[in-house]
Amino acid sequence: MTQPPVLILGARSDIAKATARAFAAQGHPIQLAARNAETLAAEKTDLETRYGVAVTLHEFDALETTRHEAFLSALPELPRIAICAVGHMGEQEENERDTAAAIRVMRSNYEGPASILALLANRFDERGSGTLVGISSVAGERGRATNYVYGSAKAGFTAFLSGLRNRLAKRGVHVVTVLPGFVATQMTEGMDLPEKLTAHPSEVADAIVKAVARRRDVIYVRPIWRLIMTIIRAIPERIFKGMRI
Amino acid sequence: MKLSGWGRYPVLEARVHAPRSVEALQALVRSEPSVIARGNGRAYGDSAINPAATLDMRHLDRMIAFDAGTGQVVAEAGVLLGDVIASFLPRGWFPMVTPGTKFVTLGGAIAADVHGKNHHRDGSFRECVDWIDLIGAEGEIRRCSREQNRALFEHTIGGMGLTGIIARAAIRLRPVESGWIRQTTIPAPNLRAAIATFEESQDATYSVAWIDCLGRGETLGRSLVMLGEHATRADLSPVQARRPFETGAKRKRSVPFDFPSFTLNRLSVTAFNKLYYWQGARKAGVEIVDWDSYFYPLDAILGWNRIYGRKGFAQFQCVLPLAEAERGLSALLEEIAETGAGSFLAVLKRFGAQESPFSFPMEGYTLALDFPITRKTLALMERLDQITIDFGGRFYLAKDSRMTAATFRASEPRLRDFRTQLDAQGAARHFRSAQSERLEI
Repeated sequence: MTQPPVLILGARSDIAKATARAFAAQGHPIQLAARNAETLAAEKTDLETRYGVAVTLHEFDALETTRHEAFLSALPELPRIAICAVGHMGEQEENERDTAAAIRVMRSNYEGPASILALLANRFDERGSGTLVGISSVAGERGRATNYVYGSAKAGFTAFLSGLRNRLAKRGVHVVTVLPGFVATQMTEGMDLPEKLTAHPSEVADAIVKAVARRRDVIYVRPIWRLIMTIIRAIPERIFKGMRI
Repeated sequence: MKLSGWGRYPVLEARVHAPRSVEALQALVRSEPSVIARGNGRAYGDSAINPAATLDMRHLDRMIAFDAGTGQVVAEAGVLLGDVIASFLPRGWFPMVTPGTKFVTLGGAIAADVHGKNHHRDGSFRECVDWIDLIGAEGEIRRCSREQNRALFEHTIGGMGLTGIIARAAIRLRPVESGWIRQTTIPAPNLRAAIATFEESQDATYSVAWIDCLGRGETLGRSLVMLGEHATRADLSPVQARRPFETGAKRKRSVPFDFPSFTLNRLSVTAFNKLYYWQGARKAGVEIVDWDSYFYPLDAILGWNRIYGRKGFAQFQCVLPLAEAERGLSALLEEIAETGAGSFLAVLKRFGAQESPFSFPMEGYTLALDFPITRKTLALMERLDQITIDFGGRFYLAKDSRMTAATFRASEPRLRDFRTQLDAQGAARHFRSAQSERLEI
């Protein structure tokens, strides 16, 4: 049985790499898309050696939205599953001082990902099949002083995914929203994260593979996060604004 | 951050770097005054901790090539043995040598020169290593093999990371017909019977014994000897033979919290051991088991090291030369039974001949035991050290967390030559672990 291709957008991140492995392990050909794609040659060789699947590399910059259409047209084949792992956290303090930095965070987490998924959605819609996976964040569930620039962009992305799902539900196209919670990645290296709340990238990857197979809508990787976010969302604003959380 | 080995003792504060490329790794070796590489943290003690700079190798986990003609895999050092199995068992290949956990990195397996249940026939991990790319003290990479930089190759295997950092390696796998093992269990009522069984089973591919270390008198050294062969297609049921490499996913359990330290005591361990022996003796004979249960029974219980509680545990593993093995093992087992210190995981294994500059194995018998860390067991292990030395044995550094430099020196006539090698290549000051400092290697 030949498996359909899987496209990974933002393929350099730890979550993306783990997700590529998880799908390749099931025999899917993999399309890795990122900036300076040629530097992913070692990842390509790794996937080919481990799983004997075909892997292609594609130049892709989430912020160059005018090129997204051309990027999709150049793919060897329209993927069946597309995963968007594009994102950029930045430094909250810098985002407060420097508007350009803040805008970059907003564009990397909302504008870029939404742009490419919108184009993919139209093509999937036309074909009448496919699954889109957006990796958003629990940070988008409620704005907090410590990372609201990043959080607000993720909130936008989460809403976009929810709308897309609503639009495509009857068209045979499925949309998965992933809210990973803390993950031990390059992005969070050096942060002091609580062990019980922190997932390994391979856990996120396995959760994505399962969510795609079972057509889940919104997943938290570690179940405890669903509870945590329910509580955080429920705190009245009058109290929330005085909290350090 | 706080670091410890699999035994969770000792716990040391260490600065950890996790490079994502060989170039970044080389830069760290150049910029830090001393470093040690750390794989997946399965050495029991402080072998892979350097308080000043510990280099976490787990991001360097890419496979580079596979030759389906020879079964050679080339990979970065952070690739896990379990990943190798996951990728190549479906294509009919299995590691030539595997330790009791698949959660070790290739770099770690080479540095500790791990052994498996087939040591008496196939030797240690060394035998399957074709070459190593080693990063030296200046950050330079040298290809080491039996043909090229031979001394460095020989000393790096079993060198506990003290000759440099293993960046990549090529290892050879063995062809197998299935993912199943034909296991034969032979009960041995005492040590003499166990040794006789091992000696008669030299032709078996795999052999290992679980040993009841609380047996005394007539039952001293009571064991279940388990032999294994890779099952051929003819050994399998028609259902198994149709997909010989699919053995089914095993359910993983995990130990969710640290057991309180009173859980393991003489009574509970004695009861467990009796039950385990009689169950084993009852089902003695031949059965077909999957590779994961056969080689890695404990891997199915993630975090099993937590059953020893917060204070952690130590593993004592020694090897005694063949001629002295029976007398030496009796002395060790009597001392343990006398103290009544519980050990669930007591393993006895026959080693074949091996000559190597610093690796653990030698021809004879190896005994491995776990003890929770208490004042009593620490004192017991010192007495076991002395017995081992008296009988001409030595110790497995991948398991050690508490030996003294004097004990190590007394057990290791090869130490001086190993040091000379480190000095000759300028590695002595640069690659250091808490263990190498403690043992004054």
